[in-house]
Amino acid sequence: MSVLVVAEHLRGQIRDVTRELITAGRELGPVTVAVIAQDPGSLVDAVNIDGVTEIVTVTIGAGEFENDTYQAAVEALIADRKPRVTLLGFTVNSMGYGPAAAVKLGLGFASDVHGIALEGDAVVATRSFYGSKVNAELEFPGAEGVMLLLRPTVWSPAEGVGDASVAALEVVAAPSRARHREVVEATTSSDVDITQADFLLSIGRGIGDKENVEMFQELAAKMGATLSVSRPLVDAGWMPSSRQVGQSGKTVKPSVYLAFGISGAVQHLAGMKASGTIIAINTDPEAAIFNVAQYGAKADLFDVAEELEKLY
Amino acid sequence: MKTVVCIKQVLQLGDEVEFTDDGLDVDPDYLDPALNEWDSFATEEALQLRERLGGEVVLVTCGSKASEAALRRCLAMGADRAIRIEGVDRDPFSVARALAEVVSAENADLVLCGVQSSDAVQAATGTALAELLDLPRAAVVTKVDYDAGARTAVVDRELEGGLVDRVEIDTPAVLTIQTGINEPRYANLRAIKQAEQVEIDVRNAAGGGAPAYRVRKMFVPDRGEGAEMIDGSPAEIAARIASIVKERLV
Ligand SMILES: Cc1cc2nc3c(=O)[nH]c(=O)nc-3n(C[C@H](O)[C@H](O)[C@H](O)COP(=O)(O)OP(=O)(O)OC[C@H]3O[C@@H](n4cnc5c(N)ncnc54)[C@H](O)[C@@H]3O)c2cc1C
Ligand SMILES: Nc1ncnc2c1ncn2[C@@H]1O[C@H](COP(=O)(O)O)[C@@H](O)[C@H]1O
Repeated sequence: MSVLVVAEHLRGQIRDVTRELITAGRELGPVTVAVIAQDPGSLVDAVNIDGVTEIVTVTIGAGEFENDTYQAAVEALIADRKPRVTLLGFTVNSMGYGPAAAVKLGLGFASDVHGIALEGDAVVATRSFYGSKVNAELEFPGAEGVMLLLRPTVWSPAEGVGDASVAALEVVAAPSRARHREVVEATTSSDVDITQADFLLSIGRGIGDKENVEMFQELAAKMGATLSVSRPLVDAGWMPSSRQVGQSGKTVKPSVYLAFGISGAVQHLAGMKASGTIIAINTDPEAAIFNVAQYGAKADLFDVAEELEKLY
Repeated sequence: MKTVVCIKQVLQLGDEVEFTDDGLDVDPDYLDPALNEWDSFATEEALQLRERLGGEVVLVTCGSKASEAALRRCLAMGADRAIRIEGVDRDPFSVARALAEVVSAENADLVLCGVQSSDAVQAATGTALAELLDLPRAAVVTKVDYDAGARTAVVDRELEGGLVDRVEIDTPAVLTIQTGINEPRYANLRAIKQAEQVEIDVRNAAGGGAPAYRVRKMFVPDRGEGAEMIDGSPAEIAARIASIVKERLV
């Protein structure tokens, strides 16, 4: 089964998800990696990994990702190499062009995929629905090719130097209708660096109200923990973004991650599932956070917090 | 200024689950409907554009009669009118095709979707819709700088790790809106009552075209080891947590 992996890069660096895609791809068959960049040659070595048989470079005008250009390049690559499976990361960039290319080319398509199986010549993809509480197996009857956007951090990053051949594909893309201007750094605040903390006490939407933030701040201080949060608390302006754990926040790996009222959405788990010991308190015993936690309690977070307060 | 907002009524699963007889979906009795969180931010953004530039906010959803509740939530926030397209699947291509027909006829200046629907987490419908409408698009937008009369807008796309990609985009365009871009307003009781009375324009989807995928089986995943659940009173749970923390932090 031929596989096309589209490498992802930012500011001249191949992103980790690319090596994860290579791991997933080489389990299916020979892997071609596409490098779409202003100077693709500078990125070739980074994707010449064990299991990659070919690297195809596409030179584009833009210095960073632009969705129209990527779409044109990936469509040309698929037309030329005819992969059975095209693998992209389930990332912000892929969200901007993957579904467009797939619907245009009539490919089977699924995103946030966390499992792939081959049945003869057919691809079966596994993904979750309903707050990650149930899984579904998806099939793609009739489709000549399939595009899958894979959930980051599920497959381990591929390692080992490969001996891929390198080829170039000429793609004539129309001027992009959405043009990259600049990458803006997140505003650095003088607040704490949660990535350095050994013990994070993390609160989510389950705390209900802004007024309750303070009591958890105090509990964290008493327990010797640093307070971190899930995204809704930052969206609501209750806490600064420097405290946010997850895909669009910080990736953390403390010895202990103690979560109160966090459901365990994929984008949150992406930022904390490598923590040493995860303990979660949630009134919903089926919350997805319990899939990654070592210890859990089905309980009201306020009751538990109150009791913890007494112990410190 | 006309903005079309695509609205989805999502379904939330509680702590019990049964599947339909064919095993392809969760039994609807176990699912509670809600307005997709991302779509409330998209609606708010459209309302703010209207407040600044005048014009109209049009809502579109694909779904059953029951999904009109989500439309009425957004009507109560202040949207002008709503269209429901009857009977389409959840797969993002079928939904996008059904939406495309209706949205195209509206000739909007901007089309807003949510980044993702919370029950399916596909982050695909808006981008597929843009392709079918042959419009430029930007995904995961946290800021929209739109000038009346201008042919371009400047938007911020939120990348991983908190980085922002600032993009200049030709309009009309499709934007998928990220949470936190604004503060969705609450509807007051009167507005909610009034929204109940609004007539919703119901259309049929033309159908056709291959779906993105077909579900062949839905099931509760094997949790493997899973978490060890701590039983007992809150005091007992707290004591156990304290001892685990102490043990792990040496
Ligand atoms: C592109 C993108 C990037 C994202 N990046 C991030 C990110 O970096 N970080 C992030 O966190 N999210 C991120 N998200 C959002 C993510 O999808 C979820 O919406 C978010 O993580 C949900 O936060 P939560 O678990 O706090 O809230 P919810 O999902 O609402 O969960 C609240 C939980 O609290 C429980 N609860 C309620 N009351 C109580 C009580 N009294 N006692 C105990 N438990 C209670 C509920 O059972 C529920 O499980 C991103 C989304 C997108 C699309
Ligand atoms: N059935 C639907 N009706 C209208 N809009 C939808 C529907 N499904 C998805 N959308 C739109 O597409 C966005 C992303 O959904 P998804 O691709 O399912 O993650 C949602 O936030 C909506 O704006």
